[in-house]
Amino acid sequence: MRPFTYERAATAKDAAARAARTPGAKFIAGGTNLLDLMKIEVETPAHLIDVNGLGFDRIEPTADGGLRIGALVRNTDLAADMRVRRDYALLSRALVAGASGQLRNKATTAGNLLQRTRCPYFYDTNQPCNKRKPGSGCAAIGGFSRPLGVIGVSEECIATHPSDMAIAMRALDATVETVKPDGTARSVPIADLHRLPGTTPQIETALDDGELITAVTLPKPIGGTHIYHKVRDRASYAFALVSIGAIIQKDGSGRVAVGGIAPKPWRVEAAEAAMPGGARAVADGLLAGARPTQENGFKLTLVERTLGAVMAQARA
Amino acid sequence: MKFDTPATTNPIDRLKVVGKATDRIEGPLKTTGTAPYAYERHDAVADPAYGYIVGAGIAKGRIVSMDLAAARAAPGVIAIVTAANAGKLGKGKFNTAKLLGGPEVDHYHQAIALVVAGTFEQARAAAALVHVHYARTRGNFDLAAAKSSAQPPKAGGIGGKPDTAVGDFAGAFAQAPVSLDATYTTPVHSHAMMEPHASIASWNGDQLTIYTSNQMINWSKGDVAATLGIPAEKVRLISPYIGGGFGGKLFVRADAIMAALGAKAAGRPVKVTLQRPLMFNNTTHRPATIQRIRIGAGQDGRITAIGHEGWSGDLPGGGPETAVNQTRLLYAGPNRMTATRLAVLDLPEGNAMRAPGEAPGLMALEIAIDEMAEKLGMDPVRFRILNDTQVDPEQPSREFSQRQLVECLRLGAERFGWDKRVAKPGSVRDGRWLIGMGVAAGIRNNLLMKSAARVRLDSHGIVTVETDMTDIGTGTYTIIAQTAAETMGLPLDSVIVKLGDSSFPASAGSGGQWGANNSTAGVYAACMTLRDKVAQALGLNAADVDFADGQVRSGNRSIALGDAARSGELVAEDGIEYGDLDKTYQQSTFAGHFVEAAVDAATGEIRIRRMLAVCAAGRILNPKAARSQVIGAMTMGVGAALMEELAVDTRFGFFVNHDLAGYEVPVHADIPHQEVIFLDEEDPISSPMKAKGVGELGLCGVGAAVANAVYNATGVRVRDYPITLDKHLGRLPTLT
Repeated sequence: MRPFTYERAATAKDAAARAARTPGAKFIAGGTNLLDLMKIEVETPAHLIDVNGLGFDRIEPTADGGLRIGALVRNTDLAADMRVRRDYALLSRALVAGASGQLRNKATTAGNLLQRTRCPYFYDTNQPCNKRKPGSGCAAIGGFSRPLGVIGVSEECIATHPSDMAIAMRALDATVETVKPDGTARSVPIADLHRLPGTTPQIETALDDGELITAVTLPKPIGGTHIYHKVRDRASYAFALVSIGAIIQKDGSGRVAVGGIAPKPWRVEAAEAAMPGGARAVADGLLAGARPTQENGFKLTLVERTLGAVMAQARA
Repeated sequence: MKFDTPATTNPIDRLKVVGKATDRIEGPLKTTGTAPYAYERHDAVADPAYGYIVGAGIAKGRIVSMDLAAARAAPGVIAIVTAANAGKLGKGKFNTAKLLGGPEVDHYHQAIALVVAGTFEQARAAAALVHVHYARTRGNFDLAAAKSSAQPPKAGGIGGKPDTAVGDFAGAFAQAPVSLDATYTTPVHSHAMMEPHASIASWNGDQLTIYTSNQMINWSKGDVAATLGIPAEKVRLISPYIGGGFGGKLFVRADAIMAALGAKAAGRPVKVTLQRPLMFNNTTHRPATIQRIRIGAGQDGRITAIGHEGWSGDLPGGGPETAVNQTRLLYAGPNRMTATRLAVLDLPEGNAMRAPGEAPGLMALEIAIDEMAEKLGMDPVRFRILNDTQVDPEQPSREFSQRQLVECLRLGAERFGWDKRVAKPGSVRDGRWLIGMGVAAGIRNNLLMKSAARVRLDSHGIVTVETDMTDIGTGTYTIIAQTAAETMGLPLDSVIVKLGDSSFPASAGSGGQWGANNSTAGVYAACMTLRDKVAQALGLNAADVDFADGQVRSGNRSIALGDAARSGELVAEDGIEYGDLDKTYQQSTFAGHFVEAAVDAATGEIRIRRMLAVCAAGRILNPKAARSQVIGAMTMGVGAALMEELAVDTRFGFFVNHDLAGYEVPVHADIPHQEVIFLDEEDPISSPMKAKGVGELGLCGVGAAVANAVYNATGVRVRDYPITLDKHLGRLPTLT
C-alpha cells in the first residue's frame, strides 16, 4: 500500500471539487473493496476523500411514489428496509445473496455499484491487464477464464462486474443521482452508468472526474413476483457464475437482468418481449452476440436453464 | 521403551481419563484469543522489525537485475535481503526448491527478497518499490502435456515402489467378463489453512531462536540449520500453537528462513508472515493427478484383476503424488498392478497435504469401484464387502493388525438408510432437486514413528509433560494430558502439557495421522519410567505399585504422589521405539463414508444434504477431538469433490486463483449435517496406546462418496474433479 493523504469531506460539492482537482484522489466510503486493492497496489490513490460524513444515509419516499436511497446506506440496512422488502423484494434478495454479513454491514450503496471486477488477473500485478495497466494486454483471454464474461466483452478485457445489488437495480430501472465538481446535479439511468470495455477497459463508468454519487432512486413499484436466483460453486460467500434478477407479472410478461456474464448488469429490454414464449427465446435475445471462451461457454446454457427455473418458479 | 510385541493389559486400559470425550485443555486460550500464535509473540520479542517478502513474478527464468534503490530509500526501511547479499545458503532435506530464489527463479512467487522496515506498512510499501527485470525461460506447466515424458520416480521412502505386480494382470483383465478401464483426474489442492506461515526470528550471538508455526519441530530444526549453514544445536524452534497445517507446515518455509536472514541483516528480531496471495504459489500444494484404473471381475462380482496407474508432476528433484498405494491393500484380487510416474513440472513445489496419496487416490479408485458395481448390477456396498480381504493381497501371509472395513460399511449402510437408495440413477426427485446417495470406502495406513517426552513430578503432585510434539488444532495437548493423567493415576487438571519447543525431547510430530498414537505412546513410555522413579523414591517395589486417585498404593500403604518429589522434582525422559510389527502386520485404519447429495435440476448446482462416516481406527483417545478431526476432514472432502482447484495458467506457469476469494473451500452453508461413528476397536499391535490415527482417515474416500452420490442423483458420471456444475450441466435432463 502506498502512503496517501486523507481528508473528510464536508459537503458533496466540496468532495467532488476536491476530488477533481487533486491528482490521484479517490472517494472512500465502506472501503470493503478499495482497501483490499490498495494493499496489493492494484489501486494506488495518492489521496482519499472520506465521504462517510455527508449524511446520505437515509431511505426516503419520492414524490412520484418511488424510493430514494442515499449513497451511504449500508447494504445490510437497505436489504432490511421494510419498504424495500415489500415493494422491491428483488433488491433485498440480491443484496443478501452477496458477500457476507460483515461486508454488507460496511459496504455502501454507491460503493457496491462502483466496485471493481474480481478477475484474478486484475488482482495480480505481475500479470498483464488492460484494466489495471492500459495497453499491457489481457492475460485472462486464453487463461483461466471460467468465472469471466461472455457478452459485452472485448478483445481487450473479459472482466465481469461482480455486483448482485446492481442486477436488481438494473431490473428495477433505478436512476443514479450525482453531484459534479461544479456543484451541478445530474441523473444517470443505471443502464448508462457502467460502460462496456471496448478498447478502454480502464474506464468503467460514465461518471466524470470527481463526480460523486449521492443517491439511487427507484421508480414507483411495479408489483409482480420478484426472484433473484444466484448460481455459484458454493452455497454462500461466492461470486455468481450466473445470476438472474427477474420481475415477472401474472400475465407472464416481465423484466430480466443477468449477473456474472458481462462487464455491467446485463439487460436487453427487447428480449423481454419474448417472456411469454419461454426461457429459450429470452436467453437467445439476451445472449445474442455472446463471445464466450472455451472455459466459460457453459454460462450460456446456464443462463437459459436458470431463467427457465425462475420463470417456472414465478408461474408456481 | 521398545515396542516390539503386541501390547497386553497396561495402565491405559483403565480408561478413567483416556477414551473419554474431553474438552480441549487449551480451548479457553484459543476461544478467548489469548493463545499466542507465532506472529503474536509480543511476550517473547518486544520490538521486532517487520519483514515483507517479494515473490518472483515469473515461473521460470532468471533475475537479470534488481533495482533496490527506491525501496532502500523508502521510509522506515532497515535492510533488504536478496540472494545477492544473503551469503551462501544450503537447502533443507525436506525442501525441493530453494526458499530464497535468485538469480535463478524456480517457481512463481518464490521468495526473491525480504524488505525489513520499522512497521509492517512500511515494509509492504517498500517491497512494492523493488523493481525486478527477468529473463523468462520456457517451462513445463501442463501435467496432461507432460504425461508422456513422465518417468518412474526413485524407489523408497513413504512413496513406496514405482511399480508393483502380482499374478498376471494383463491376462486376467483381458479375460474378465466384466471390466472397466477409466481415467480420472484430480486438480492441484492448497492447504489453505487459516493461519498463514509466520515466524519471528531472533539472534543472540550465533544462537538463533525462531517462533514459528510448524508441524515437525525436529525435522525443521535440522532444515533451518542446513539452510543457514549453522550447527543444529544453535537453532531453537518454538511453536506451541498452530492455526492449521494440513501438511503445509511439515517443512521449513520462506517465512522462517527469511526472518532469520532479515534479523541478521537488521541486527534485531524480525517477524515475517506470508501474505495470503503469496501462499498458494510460494508454499507447497497437493499435486494434480491423472489416474487410470482398470478392474476386471467375474459375473459373481469377485475382482480378478485390478490395476491403478498414477501420473503427477513436480519440480526437478521432487517426488510423486502416490495415488496408487491404497489400491495395493484395499480389495482382494489375485492379479494386480500399480505404477507411479512422475513428470517434471516447473510449477511450485508439490508435497504432502492431508492424506497424501490416499486422498486423491481414493477419489479415483472409489468412483471406479462404484462404476464396476453398476456394471455388475450389484449394490456398491455389497460389491465392496464381497471383495474385502483380511490379508495383504500382495503377501497373503501378512495379516492386517485390525481390519473392520466390512463392519464400517454394514453399520454405515444401516444407520444411513442405504436401503432407501434407488440403484437406477436419476430416479429420485424432491421438488427442483435430483437426489442421490453415494458410498465409498476409506483406508489410511497407521505409521509408526519414534517419539520421546520428558515428564516432571513436583511435590504438589503436578505432572508436567515436555515434548516437541505439536498441536496443529487437532487436540494433541488434551490427549497427551489424558495419557499422562491415566498413567500416573491423576485427574486431568493435575497435568500440565508443554509442546512445540525444540529444546524438549524429539517427538513424532504432527503429520500423516501418526501424531496421536506415537506421541501419546512416547508420553506413556516416559510416564512408566517416572512411575519407576516414584516407586524408588518412596522405597516401594515398582512391580506391585498402583497409581490411582493421586495416590501411590502398595499393599495397604497409600501415599500422595507428590510426596515422591518432596525432596526435589522427579524427572524422567523416555520414548517409544518400534520393532517390526508394522512389517509383520499391515497396520491401517478404515472407514465407510456415506453421502446424500442434491443436484439442482436446472442449474446443476450440487449441495450436500447429509454425511456419515463410520471409522475403525483403534482406540479413540478422545472421542470429542477425534470427531472434530473427522468432521473437519469430511468437510475438506466435500471441498475436494465440489470446488477446490488451484487453476493452473499453463502459459505463465502459476496458480491463478491465489487467494481465498478465488480458491473456494466449503462454508457453513455447504455442510448441513454430519455424523461420525467410531467402532469400538483396540489395536494392541499398533502401540501400548492401542490407538491409531483418524485425522486423515476422515478425508479418505469422502470425495468419491460425494461423486457417487452426485452420479446416483443425475446419471451423469463426472471423472474430473472438482465436480462443478459446468461438467454435467449439458448432460442433465432437459427442463420441461
